[in-house]
Amino acid sequence: MRARLRSISAVVVIPALSILLALVVASVLIIFSGLVGPGGELDLTLPFVAYASLLQGAFGSLRGISNTIVAATPLVLTGLSVGVGLKAGLFNIGATGQVLAGGFTAALVGVALADAPPLIAIGGAVLGGILAGALAGFIPGFLKAYTGAHEVVTTIMLNALIQLAISGLVNDVFKAQGPTFARTASVGNAVLAGLGNTTLHAGVLLAFACVPFTFWLLWRTTTGFEIRAVGANPTAARYAGMNPRRMIILTMSLCGAFAGLAGAIEILRLGYYPAVFGTSIGFDGITVALLGQAHPIGIAFSALLLGAMRAGAPLMQIQAHVPVEIIDVIQGVILIFLTAEIVVRRVFRLRAGPVETGGELQTITRSYGEKVAG
Amino acid sequence: MDALFDIPVLGFVLQFAAYLVDVITSGHIGPIVLGLATPIALGALCGVMNERTGVVNIGIEGMMLFAAYIGFMTALLLDEALAAEPGSVFGATPALVIGVVTAIVAGVLASLLHAWLSVSIRANQIISGTIINITALGLTSYLNRLIKPFGSAGTFESFNPPEALVNLPVVGWVFEMFLHVGPIAMSVIVFIIIVQILLFRSRWGLRTRAVGEHPKAADTVGINVIHLRYRNVLLGGIFAGLAGAYLTLEATGSFQNGMTAGRGFIALAAMIFGRWTPLGAFGGALLFMGSQALGVAIRLAPPPGDLGQFLAGIQETYPSIYNNFFTGLPYLLTIIVLAGVVGRSVAPAADGIPYEKESAT
Amino acid sequence: MRGITKRYPGVVANDHIDLDVKAGEIHALLGENGAGKTTLMNVLYGLARPNEGEILLDGQPVDIADPADAISRGISMVHQHFMLVPVLTVAENILLGAETMANPIFLDRGEARRRILALGKRFGFEIDPDARVDTLPVGWQQRVEILKALYREARILVLDEPTAVLTPQETVEIFAVLRRLAAEDHSIIFISHKLYEVLEIADRITVINRGRVVGTRLPAETNEEDLAELMVGREVQLTVDRGQSHPAEPILRLEGLRVRSDRGQEVVRGVDLSVRGGEILGIAGVAGNGQDELVEALTGLRRSQSGSVHLGEKEITGLSVRGRREAGLGYVPGDRQKYGLVLGFTVADNLVLTQYYGRPFARGIQRNDAAIAEWARETIEQFDIRTPSEAVSAGTLSGGNQQKVIVAREFNRELKALVLDQPTRGLDVGSIEFIHKQAIRKRDSGTAILLVSAELDEILELSDRIAVMYRGEIVGLLDGRSANKEEIGLLMATGGKGRGGASSSASPGAAATGASP
Repeated sequence: MRARLRSISAVVVIPALSILLALVVASVLIIFSGLVGPGGELDLTLPFVAYASLLQGAFGSLRGISNTIVAATPLVLTGLSVGVGLKAGLFNIGATGQVLAGGFTAALVGVALADAPPLIAIGGAVLGGILAGALAGFIPGFLKAYTGAHEVVTTIMLNALIQLAISGLVNDVFKAQGPTFARTASVGNAVLAGLGNTTLHAGVLLAFACVPFTFWLLWRTTTGFEIRAVGANPTAARYAGMNPRRMIILTMSLCGAFAGLAGAIEILRLGYYPAVFGTSIGFDGITVALLGQAHPIGIAFSALLLGAMRAGAPLMQIQAHVPVEIIDVIQGVILIFLTAEIVVRRVFRLRAGPVETGGELQTITRSYGEKVAG
Repeated sequence: MDALFDIPVLGFVLQFAAYLVDVITSGHIGPIVLGLATPIALGALCGVMNERTGVVNIGIEGMMLFAAYIGFMTALLLDEALAAEPGSVFGATPALVIGVVTAIVAGVLASLLHAWLSVSIRANQIISGTIINITALGLTSYLNRLIKPFGSAGTFESFNPPEALVNLPVVGWVFEMFLHVGPIAMSVIVFIIIVQILLFRSRWGLRTRAVGEHPKAADTVGINVIHLRYRNVLLGGIFAGLAGAYLTLEATGSFQNGMTAGRGFIALAAMIFGRWTPLGAFGGALLFMGSQALGVAIRLAPPPGDLGQFLAGIQETYPSIYNNFFTGLPYLLTIIVLAGVVGRSVAPAADGIPYEKESAT
Repeated sequence: MRGITKRYPGVVANDHIDLDVKAGEIHALLGENGAGKTTLMNVLYGLARPNEGEILLDGQPVDIADPADAISRGISMVHQHFMLVPVLTVAENILLGAETMANPIFLDRGEARRRILALGKRFGFEIDPDARVDTLPVGWQQRVEILKALYREARILVLDEPTAVLTPQETVEIFAVLRRLAAEDHSIIFISHKLYEVLEIADRITVINRGRVVGTRLPAETNEEDLAELMVGREVQLTVDRGQSHPAEPILRLEGLRVRSDRGQEVVRGVDLSVRGGEILGIAGVAGNGQDELVEALTGLRRSQSGSVHLGEKEITGLSVRGRREAGLGYVPGDRQKYGLVLGFTVADNLVLTQYYGRPFARGIQRNDAAIAEWARETIEQFDIRTPSEAVSAGTLSGGNQQKVIVAREFNRELKALVLDQPTRGLDVGSIEFIHKQAIRKRDSGTAILLVSAELDEILELSDRIAVMYRGEIVGLLDGRSANKEEIGLLMATGGKGRGGASSSASPGAAATGASP
């Protein structure tokens, strides 16, 4: 039992301390914002005010907590989307495009099923979103498996293409008559409504249920074993009789499915798909996955953390006049410290950790020119 | 000729080809293509400098963005302070010039972070590059929100080549393309040629290539792999910085959040397409961005005949899709290139593998 | 070198070693894998700093900080795994780090070319400075390495296992070059674990065992048994007693197999081979003559262009890797860390790497962790794998134990046929003995075994029949017990057609286009 606790704490220490250091670094930027902002003064207590209001916004009220959970919901999914990919040695930066594809398809299906009973409407729309996301993941997966095209570049290109395609379609083909801005028609009964007074909705359960599902998949099934083997040493996996190409395609599709689900949930909450749908959950998923060390439980916690920050940021902006974009900066700095963990160790005087061979992370960097063998 | 054009499907293709030739030789499209290709080519140069020594750099996007912002803000603030008249050479003002310098410095600083993470910390280089992208996006968006700039420092002006050169019969359009542009765009071909020559004929080039292919071999003959990699990554940062400066000080006079819009990744594709050589990458940049320029051309001077009417028809019924199609062409081409070419285009062998100095048993 | 001591965490690689080398002397350093020879030379070459002891050159103590320092003092090293950049030319490789400059920026290629040609001529071989290194046969690549040293005016050359990749003919030739170098007063330190070679070439032999010098001999006063005993510290059985084999019907049959390499060239050109149950067939040949592709086609990792593979009654030519495994084909790959194991996984997971998907290890998609762990524990005991438990990661095991994991995984089931690829590369004597014994036991159980190895000794020790592979064809099939090295070496180098092949002294420009697949 004690060994278990020790191993858990060993894994949690660096991420936690990275976050701490990042907040300290961000304080400098916050103070800077005080200097440059309306008040124009050097306020050294501003970081505390800012972080306090951040906390208050996230956890200070029932509304706040529900906002946090709701913000964390899609992040769990996009975090899993990137995280499962990492386990297979793939870096899925295309979560953004997959989210859009899922959301758009969910909107269309929702419109088609707008008058059906809610369970069917929501179920159909969600399913459509999952499949669309899976397709958006399948394409880079297939390209990587059969041509060696690195998923980092193809997914980013696909992000742009999907966005352009959907925006074009919404503006020209699926535009709803009536509303002042360009968007699809209302999804009627497929909408994910809030429970009671809060913003909580059925999608929350669905998303968090994916966490134990992913854990079971990766460590208790033969498929998960194959995914992890291909991620750690694709050559040895092949020599042992596994099929890396199939695993890559399967994993990328699964990643896409997770992200598609996230998109579906967000759009169904909204009730329609706007021509300009700006969302950061795709990129946030990267932070969540890396912070959570690509482990489902870590991802769940990281999603809650990032969700809390996003939920509390508006209050921080109102009370401390710090722009919400600081959260994006904090994300980046967290990742820097996470990666350069030697700095964290030096600052907090920790002993050097066990040298992990870091299997799957090394596979990602097998860069552009490598074709995947059969 | 018209008879050929009337053939059902093939006719369209022929019309299109004739249109292309017409557009290219008329000269007007040349500078536009070069302008669009400039940040890609510079970004690809940065990529070549990095990857030839064995460091994968997908953070070019973030480096460009960061440099673009820093250059823009510096020029803006200085312009308010100095308020000079645009000079006669490229319409340069001290503010603009210093803006370029600070953009370059910003590019080098961002590269320093990447070099440190990749070479010293030996982190996964793709993650390191992604971190730079995320951080740059967040930081520039944050600062952009905080400091609300109004006005602009202006931009560099294009050089006006002498009429005699431009009006030459067959080659006139080449002069137009490479001379009727601003300073940064003009410098691109110069840098490309310089790096190409140095890479294959100089001592620096030999050592760089060796370190990228087989760092252990270089180490055993006494070359300091770590120093060389740091130096090259930082040098690459200069080009990324220049690319950023181009975006906000020459192409447009403003800054938007995330304005690099994937150019850093298209630059990577150009680099792969060009087999990690500067000249090849330049060709790739021209090819990729040429497709976007085509959209501009079609809008400015639509093709005649059936093809023109066909295109106009599409534009009327699906305006958004039509526009987005041309905007999206470079991205589509990138994917196609990556899928088709990458198997045959071989990266430096040690690309992406952090180097560990072992004292082997 | 006096009293050189070098410690690494957990092991003393060099323990107060004394070594002296005279000018114009060929001095051999003999020891088995892991004895500390390479460490000692790394210290000499500046790749490692000694904890204690000193180095004296011409009687003066020197401090060698790094390879550049060593090179400037006239010490050059030719490593076991060549330190050549494949895509660069011979001249570029030689110039690297010691560049001849026309001006501060640009290289002087003309001058470099001149010098390289002159040097080559002086020592008896001519080489094309503009040839790309990866087009050269291995023997010639080694000469490039030697030229590298000579270009830097090295007085002391250290050669680490230089004959590991050479045919017997090429070995003879390189020895001639070394003798010429010694005649011109260069000193040569020759690291090896091959007893007969050392006896042949060296003027003096120093034997190292577990980091200590255990003896220095003149070749005239010693023999193989004496040296082997010194090397290992006990009486060594130089060959495993392989007993009598009782081959039965052919089980593994290759007919007319044709395979292409990644570059599109045909590297296996119509191979016919059959291995009987209960026998070991060894394939000898210089690396790069198609053996790798043959094994890949046999195991399903590479598609063959034509021809067939039969396992017993069944044709397995079209089957996948897994399909062939299930049909009863076992395979121990050539590089245990790259191809055989997932180092990040536990020992147990590695043991089921090929069979995790069926009963009892899994039911459908769900794995049965308890069954896996139990079977792993049994296997660990049965094969004497030294590991704290089945749940530690395979990366923590020593090389020998890692190989045992792979062997246990493959051997621990009924096999019709078995392919062994470099099964004992880089292992210590104890592990080699163990694996050879296991192979013989498998043979006696009726399995047909195909052995591919670069160590001719291993082939001679175990094989009942020996096939020699040259340029994608089987050019000779010999009886394992009566064959001799010279015969095999000749076949390996020339294919039995009496031509010069890859080992002539002529410029390799012509030989290169023919000899390398």
